[in-house]
Amino acid sequence: MASAHASTGEVKPAILDEVNPVDIPRPALVANDRSFSWITDKICGIVEEKTPTWWWVCFVLACGTASFTVMGLVYLVSTGTGVWGLANPANWGWAIVNFVFWIGIGHAGTLISAILCLLRQKWRTSINRAAEAMTIFAVVCAGIFPVFHVGRVWMAWFLFPIPNANAIWPNFKSALLWDVFAVSTYGTVSVLFWYVGLIPDLASVRDRATSKIRQVLYGIFSMGWRGSNRQWSNYEMCYLLLAGLSTPLVLSVHTIVSFDFAISLLPGWHTTIFPPYFVAGAIFSGFGMVLTLMLPLRAIYRLDDLITQYHIDCMTKIILATGTMVGYAYGMEFFIAAYGANDFEIFAFVNRAFGNYAWAYWIMISCNVISPQFFWFKKVRQNTALVWIITIFVNIGMWFERFVIAVTTLTRDFLPSSWGYYSPTIVDIFTYVGTFGVFSVLFLLFLRFLPLMAMAEIKAVTPQADAHAHKR
Amino acid sequence: MDKQYGLIAKFDTPADIMHAAEKVRDAGFKKWDVITPFPLHGLDSAMGLKRSVVGRFTIVGGTFGLTAGMLMIWFTGGSELSLPFMEGYKLIVGGKPYFSPQFAFPVAYEMTILFSAFASIGGMFILNKLPRHHHPVLKYKDVRASSDDKFFLYIENEDPQFDDEKTRAFLNDLEPVEVGELEE
Repeated sequence: MASAHASTGEVKPAILDEVNPVDIPRPALVANDRSFSWITDKICGIVEEKTPTWWWVCFVLACGTASFTVMGLVYLVSTGTGVWGLANPANWGWAIVNFVFWIGIGHAGTLISAILCLLRQKWRTSINRAAEAMTIFAVVCAGIFPVFHVGRVWMAWFLFPIPNANAIWPNFKSALLWDVFAVSTYGTVSVLFWYVGLIPDLASVRDRATSKIRQVLYGIFSMGWRGSNRQWSNYEMCYLLLAGLSTPLVLSVHTIVSFDFAISLLPGWHTTIFPPYFVAGAIFSGFGMVLTLMLPLRAIYRLDDLITQYHIDCMTKIILATGTMVGYAYGMEFFIAAYGANDFEIFAFVNRAFGNYAWAYWIMISCNVISPQFFWFKKVRQNTALVWIITIFVNIGMWFERFVIAVTTLTRDFLPSSWGYYSPTIVDIFTYVGTFGVFSVLFLLFLRFLPLMAMAEIKAVTPQADAHAHKR
Repeated sequence: MDKQYGLIAKFDTPADIMHAAEKVRDAGFKKWDVITPFPLHGLDSAMGLKRSVVGRFTIVGGTFGLTAGMLMIWFTGGSELSLPFMEGYKLIVGGKPYFSPQFAFPVAYEMTILFSAFASIGGMFILNKLPRHHHPVLKYKDVRASSDDKFFLYIENEDPQFDDEKTRAFLNDLEPVEVGELEE
């Protein structure tokens, strides 16, 4: 063939002279053709306006709720870990459930900021700042539980390899220590990533500041940013690298969290499906929480032009996809248990679905597998109130998933004489409910003092930011 | 009046600043910069900038993190080395080896990422010479617009080709909204 081409010299290769790709219009990411300065005014205005009354009401309520965590922890430390509903063999109860729940919530923030950045999903720009804030505050809430679960919290520094007089080092062969490193790295890198993203926007707030104190404070935190393109060039590279680093980080964090269960030898935990299944579940619950937070904000601050129906569609579709993956994992666990023909494994799963925690299992299935299926329908996705309600169900379902995994296996171990029924005590409940207050306090402070959307990034994805648009 | 630092021109649209930057680059100026409210796609090549070298810091940080992580785990649980203020202690757990890169991997992996992130951000600040709160651009009367919706280009007095009148005329030829002076 090739020689025939060369000899005749006239035969053209089977390539078109001209390629005219179909121009599929993409939905605008900023509706109503808003200008750059409209975006600045809108986002900075939220930080600059007089503190609204609803904010104070929410803040007081959130502080009140947060005090429950404080009460629970003070009582725990002053009395002993026995005040939690833990009893051998169920030495993991709500503490681990709440820890995995909150860490999982955080994962959507990193997914939006890092993975969607690498995949060039431009719709991430209007939600990434708030989602990353959610990540950090969720990690704060998550960290409370394992730290107090160690029992003697004043010894928690033993978790880190700090040279000490007893010449004792932590055991690096334990998945729990891997967790310490995974979660503390995750928290640190999330804060750094968030802060780097904030710098240009803090500079905008600084340049608009009217009072000296705002000018100085926002000035300090914006590092003297001046938007020079020689700086943008390094900044963009740094941001891309951080996105590239956060992507394996976020996947590894929930993988390591699942190792807490998976590398043990207990039926129902000792499965290789755990890492991918935990990661999918984390993203599922995290997007649920992003929507739970962003939909009210969109209504309060009238951000419809920045968080459009397209954004909501994208997020609900991710919830649908990851929810279905989680459902597949639930089914696959049963299949492997049956196919593996291990009596203990089969018992663990039959017990999960039909044992004395069956109520929790079926709450989990209805919330996690069935409720997201409504997102197949455009009518549901366009109904903001309905979307919000479904995301609440997603959050409830994912909490129950961790509860089912942790508790069904522990309360039915190899020795039937130690079987029992685990119930939380009022102290467990106080501590957990209070973390929603801790989270809300932090999130409300974020809304009040920091720009809640990445202005510079949103401007960059508007049509008028395309310098070559006029050549078309 | 303070000493002049440079001349600054203001532009309205991304397309205008892009063309202006291309002309300044082609005229051979060295000490000049563009101020934009957001990272403008394509401006790096319009200014003739090379690819950023932040990645070099990242690789150093990552290599350090991985090595430090592995060494730390080997030293604490798999050696009996004596260092100032600390000693290794061979820890027996479940008949497992004292050290193996496999169980050490998750922690060393997290430390790789942690130190890569520190190095990337530190490198970005070093390359950008930040924090710096006293740059002449920050004193310019129109600075507020530079982080809002306007685009600026300045040429420093320090530039070898700089000549107050000629450069001013050159900037005016780029059809800016206005041309002003930056003070030191």
